[in-house]
Amino acid sequence: MNKKELIKYAIDVRKGIITAVYNAKSGHPGGSLSAADIFTYLYFEEMNINPEEPDFPERDRFVLSKGHTAPGYYSALAYRGFFPVEDLKTLRHLGSYLQGHPDKKHIPGVDMSSGSLGQGLSAAVGMALAAKLKKEEYRTYCLLGDGELQEGQIWEAAMFAGHKKLDNLCVIVDNNNLQIDGTVAEVCSPYPIGKKFEAFNFHVVSINGNDFDEISEAFKEASSYKGAPTAIIAHTVKGKGVSFMENNVSWHGKAPNDDEYRLAMEELEKQEAGTETGKGGIE
Amino acid sequence: MGENIMIATRDSYGNALCELGAEHENLIVLDADLAAATKTAVFKKAYPERHIDCGIAESNMAGIAAGLSTCGFVPFMSSFAMFAAGRAFEQVRNSIGYPHLNVKIGATHAGISVGEDGATHQCCEDIALMREIPGMVVINPCDDVEARAAVKAAYYHEGPVYLRFGRLAVPVINKESDYEFEIGKGVLLREGKDISIIATGLCVYESLKAAEMLEKDGVSAEVINIHTIKPLDESLVMSTAKKTKRVFTVEEHSIIGGLGSAVSEVLSEKCPTKLTRIGIRDTFGESGPAKELIHKYELDAEGIYGQIKAGI
Repeated sequence: MNKKELIKYAIDVRKGIITAVYNAKSGHPGGSLSAADIFTYLYFEEMNINPEEPDFPERDRFVLSKGHTAPGYYSALAYRGFFPVEDLKTLRHLGSYLQGHPDKKHIPGVDMSSGSLGQGLSAAVGMALAAKLKKEEYRTYCLLGDGELQEGQIWEAAMFAGHKKLDNLCVIVDNNNLQIDGTVAEVCSPYPIGKKFEAFNFHVVSINGNDFDEISEAFKEASSYKGAPTAIIAHTVKGKGVSFMENNVSWHGKAPNDDEYRLAMEELEKQEAGTETGKGGIE
Repeated sequence: MGENIMIATRDSYGNALCELGAEHENLIVLDADLAAATKTAVFKKAYPERHIDCGIAESNMAGIAAGLSTCGFVPFMSSFAMFAAGRAFEQVRNSIGYPHLNVKIGATHAGISVGEDGATHQCCEDIALMREIPGMVVINPCDDVEARAAVKAAYYHEGPVYLRFGRLAVPVINKESDYEFEIGKGVLLREGKDISIIATGLCVYESLKAAEMLEKDGVSAEVINIHTIKPLDESLVMSTAKKTKRVFTVEEHSIIGGLGSAVSEVLSEKCPTKLTRIGIRDTFGESGPAKELIHKYELDAEGIYGQIKAGI
């Protein structure tokens, strides 16, 4: 898929995020939007998956360790064809299968339930270990938040993955620099993130996580790197794509009202129109 | 009684894993630097490629077990009860319980019979913690025969199972040749008409001895072994309560949240019966030889006998 198509799909994913959170009247748009390009790349380009057969054994695995950004995950899955895009409007509603945080029992394409921060990476490590033990070729991807790095279990899992040389594991850190109580540096700094993963015997790549050229290069490097797991430190903008949400921590876990919803969707539609006239999306 | 062979149920755990491992390639054992103590070392020796030492990181071990289970393995994650159910509680709840994954938790060194290590390692809260998790099966076997049968039943059960084992060697009271284990099915070990003793784990043998002592005083005690605390054998509990109209529960666990609570919940709702919970009375343990601790906390036959005499 070429870059222009990826940009278009990423705008769709962002529209899905805004629509889902608006209709839910709650949820986490900021971190969903910052990771939208990564979700898009994983599900439209990188991963070996099949919406017609979500559980086929040889598929690549994905664990959303920062489970609160389920709107971004669900939107990518929906636009990729795992379930109807229309269902995004039922996010967080009573009776909907689209639970507030990923639920593997009920959502097609979800490989692991998550939401309690710090736990997803361990499960991803288990999946990568299973592939090694069974001599299977599938890869496992795990998306972490930068604030989530404050959870100690992340480093238990990182130590194990580095120790076992799980080169079939690719960790992506959505380094949008904001958590609920402020910037990650103010609250309890995880920096330097790359050096920490290096110290845990990871191969580390730092990129602009909202740029498809860099995302593509990083995943190619991760796939070809042998002997160690890779951590992609993706520098992103929280709220990316909706100007009034960008770099604004108040949009971590809040739904837009009617006016804000309309404004956000208009902005994303303009970006979509821009891709068609060749002026590019949100680069 | 008195001529029984003595085996710790943690040894039964390791041995049963070896037997099952020979038949089932998808069985995988995880430990957190305690393989020598949890007795998974025997499995490690037999099947080193299927024994994963996660280091001293129980929370991560629970998550790795969860991930492995989604890829077709049947993981037995092993540690002391304190760390498997305590340290990793939230991981067990959210990464194993909520997605209802096929992970087995082998928790050894439960209760005060840990002995000299003292209160930090004597987990008397694990049954309470584990039975709170929806879909979790909780099993506390009383001897070697039952423990090995429980491990096998856990393997064949689809879904999470918590298995509780002890450090202390305890008498083997079941006969392998005629013993049948079924998850959720209690065992009537001794018929009686005056009182019912419902016990679990190492307290089962002590309760049988206490029943003999009571017999000499003219008290006919029924003894029931509840190896599965969840799902509880409600019909057996209710039938013995209806028969004797006086129930005592006995466990090497806090009287808050364990077998005593489970039995009283059922009886209060469905068959109100006077009940006394014998167990650890809302206190931490302490260092000392296991048998002396069991005596001090009145969970040996003498202590159980005394508490029942005081109650009737």
